[in-house]
Amino acid sequence: MIRIDDLTKQYDATAVVDHVSFTVERNSITVIVGTSGSGKSTLLRMINRLVEPSSGRVLLEGSDTRSEPAHLLRRRIGYVIQGHGLFPHRTVAENIATVPRLLKWDEARIRARVEELLNVFQLDPATYAQAFPHQLSGGQQQRVGVARALAAEPAVLLMDEPFGALDPIIRTKAQDDLLDIQHRFGTTIVLVTHDMDEAFRLGDRVAVMSQGRLLQYDRPVTLLTHPADPLVSRMTGVADRAMKLLSLTSAGEAALPGGAAEGLTVPASASLREVLSELLWRGATCAVVLGEDGTPCGQLTVAAILARGRP
Amino acid sequence: MTAPPRRRIDKLGALLSAASAAALLLLPFVVFKANRILPGDPHSLLEVLPPWGAAGCLATLGFAAAVALSARGARLRFAAALLGLLAVALAVAAAANALTPPGDKVVRVAPGGAFWLLLVCLLLMATDAITRMRPGPAQRVLLLALFFVIAGTALAHGTFDNLSVMREYAVNAARFAREARQHVYLALGSLGAAVVVALPIGILCHRVPRVRSAILGALNVIETIPAIALFGILMAPLAALAAALPWATRLGISGIGAAPAAVALFLYALLPIVANTVVGLRRVSRAAVEAARGMGMTPWQVLTRIELVLALPVILTGIRVVLVQNIGMVTIAALIGGGGLGTFVFQGIGQTAIDLVLLGAIPIIVLAFSAAVLLDALVEVTDRAQA
Repeated sequence: MIRIDDLTKQYDATAVVDHVSFTVERNSITVIVGTSGSGKSTLLRMINRLVEPSSGRVLLEGSDTRSEPAHLLRRRIGYVIQGHGLFPHRTVAENIATVPRLLKWDEARIRARVEELLNVFQLDPATYAQAFPHQLSGGQQQRVGVARALAAEPAVLLMDEPFGALDPIIRTKAQDDLLDIQHRFGTTIVLVTHDMDEAFRLGDRVAVMSQGRLLQYDRPVTLLTHPADPLVSRMTGVADRAMKLLSLTSAGEAALPGGAAEGLTVPASASLREVLSELLWRGATCAVVLGEDGTPCGQLTVAAILARGRP
Repeated sequence: MTAPPRRRIDKLGALLSAASAAALLLLPFVVFKANRILPGDPHSLLEVLPPWGAAGCLATLGFAAAVALSARGARLRFAAALLGLLAVALAVAAAANALTPPGDKVVRVAPGGAFWLLLVCLLLMATDAITRMRPGPAQRVLLLALFFVIAGTALAHGTFDNLSVMREYAVNAARFAREARQHVYLALGSLGAAVVVALPIGILCHRVPRVRSAILGALNVIETIPAIALFGILMAPLAALAAALPWATRLGISGIGAAPAAVALFLYALLPIVANTVVGLRRVSRAAVEAARGMGMTPWQVLTRIELVLALPVILTGIRVVLVQNIGMVTIAALIGGGGLGTFVFQGIGQTAIDLVLLGAIPIIVLAFSAAVLLDALVEVTDRAQA
C-alpha cells in the first residue's frame, strides 16, 4: 500500500504538484492520467524520490520513504520509463540483472531469475540473453525494460509512459502482457500516461490530474458516471462516453440467465462494446455468452446492453 | 550477356608509378659525402649497385608498379608495396656498404631524393591497400608489431650501419637512449597529469552548464598561445617558484628545462580531453542515466558504470589527439633544455648536419604513428563493445 499524503512540489513560485493525497491499494493498478504539464510524472518520481517533495510525504507499507537513503529505496521499487532506457553497452541478461547485482544476490540466483523473466516475457534465453539492446525490436526492448524493473521482485512498480514509444498494435499487446504480469506477480503498479483509453484499459483506479492538482481519484466507471469536475468529463470524452462505459463491463458480468441453444455466441471475456459491435455487424439482437469452458452461461440482448450504457 | 569489365588503370597507381619512375631517372638515389657537413656527390641506383643487384631491385619495383597500375586485390597490392619497400631498403643499405671504404668512419652515405620519393610512393600504396583491406583493430596492431619486428631485426643485425643516420646513431647511442626515454616520459607524463585533471573538469562542465563556456573559453585561449610563447610565459613563474622553494629545485623545477615543457604540454592537453569528455557525456542516452538512477544506482555508480563507460570512446579519441600532439610538441621542448629527441633535430639544424636531424625526426614520426595506431584500435574496441 502506498499512501501519498499532501504531496507538493514547488519550483520557484509555481507548484508543479499541488497538495495531492490518495492511497494506492496493494496488488492493484493505479493509473495517473493528465495532459502534459499536469504534474503526473513529477508525482510519480516523488514516490521513488527521483524528485524530492517540497512538502508532504509518501508512506510505503506504512513507513516514510525518507527513512532510508534514496538509492536503497529505489532498489526496492521497480521503475520503467518511456523509451526503455536500456544500457546500450550491456547485454539483455546484464540489463535485467542490474538491480539484483546492486543487491549483491549470488550469481546462481541472478541467472535463474534472469532466465525466468526472459521466459515470462516470451524472449527465448538462448537467443536473447546475450543479445545487445540495439539488436532487439521496439516491443522486445520495452519488454526487457519491464523485466529489468521486476528483476529484484519489487512489491511496487512505477511506470512512466511505458508504452508511449510503441505503435498501436504492439502497445495493445504490451498492455495485455502487463495485466498478465500483474496477475502473476501481484505487483502494485502505478502507471503514468496521457492516454485516457490506456488509463481505462489498465487502471483499477485512475487519478486524473490537471495543473498539479488531483481532480478525481476513482474507479474508471465512476469517472464516467460521476465526474467530480467538468474537466474530468472533458478529458474522459463526452461524445463516446456511453461506448467507453460499455467497454468497461465484460459480457460475463452482464449476462442474463437463459438463452437460445443456437445463434450468435460471444466469449464471456469480451466487453459489452465488442458484443454490441458484433450484434450490429451481424444484424442480430441476441447473443449467447460462452464461459471459459465453452458452455453457455447466459445471454445478452441489445436492449440489455443499451441499458448498461447509461449511468 | 554481360561484357567483361574493361581493365581500368588505377589512378593512384599511375600517379605513384610515374612519380617513382621520374625520381629514379632524375634524382640521386644516394648522396656520398666525404664527411658529415660537406656537400655530397649524387649517385644513381645503377651506379652504386652491382648489375644483378640493380636489376633485381628494378624488377621488384617494376612488379610493384605493374600491380599498382592494374591489380584490384588489396592484399596483392599490399604485398607488392611491401616487396618494393624491402627492395628499396636493401638497395640503400647495399649502396651504403658499397660506397663506404672498409673501416672508414668519416665518409657519409645519405639516402638521396629518389630514395625518399620511392619510400613515400610505396608507403602511400601500402596505406591505401591497408585502408581497402579494412583490417580490424587487432590486425592493425599486429601489422604495427610486424613492422617493429622487421625494423628491429634489421637494425640489430646492422643492415643499415653504413648509412649516414646510423653513423650518427653510433656516435650518439648513449645519448639517444636517454633522450628517447625523456621524450616518452614528457609526452606520457603530461598526458597522464592532464587526464587526471581534465576528466573531473569535463564532468563538472557537463553537470554545471553555467561554468562550461567559461572553462572551455579559457582552455581555448591557452590553445591559441604558440608553444614557444607559452614556454616563455612559464619561465618567469617557474623560476620564481624554484628560487622561493628549495625543495622545488630539488624536484627539478626551474625556469628552463623539462619543467616548463611538461607544464606547457599539460596545459595544451587539457582542452581536447575536457572538450571530448563533455561531448562524450552529452551523447550518453538520458533515458539510460534516468533508468540507472531510478533503479537505485548511487551517483558514483551512475557516473562510473554508465556515463563514463558510454563516453569512453569519445574521451579516448581526445586522449589520442593529445598523445600524438604531445609526441610532436615535445620536440620543441629541446629548445629550452627540456631534452627529448628534439635535441638531435635542433643540434642537427645548428650544425647543418641533416643526418642528425633525421636521427631525431624519424623516431618521433614512428612514435607518433604507433601511438595513433594503438589508440585508434583502442577507440574502435571500446566503441564496438557498446555498438
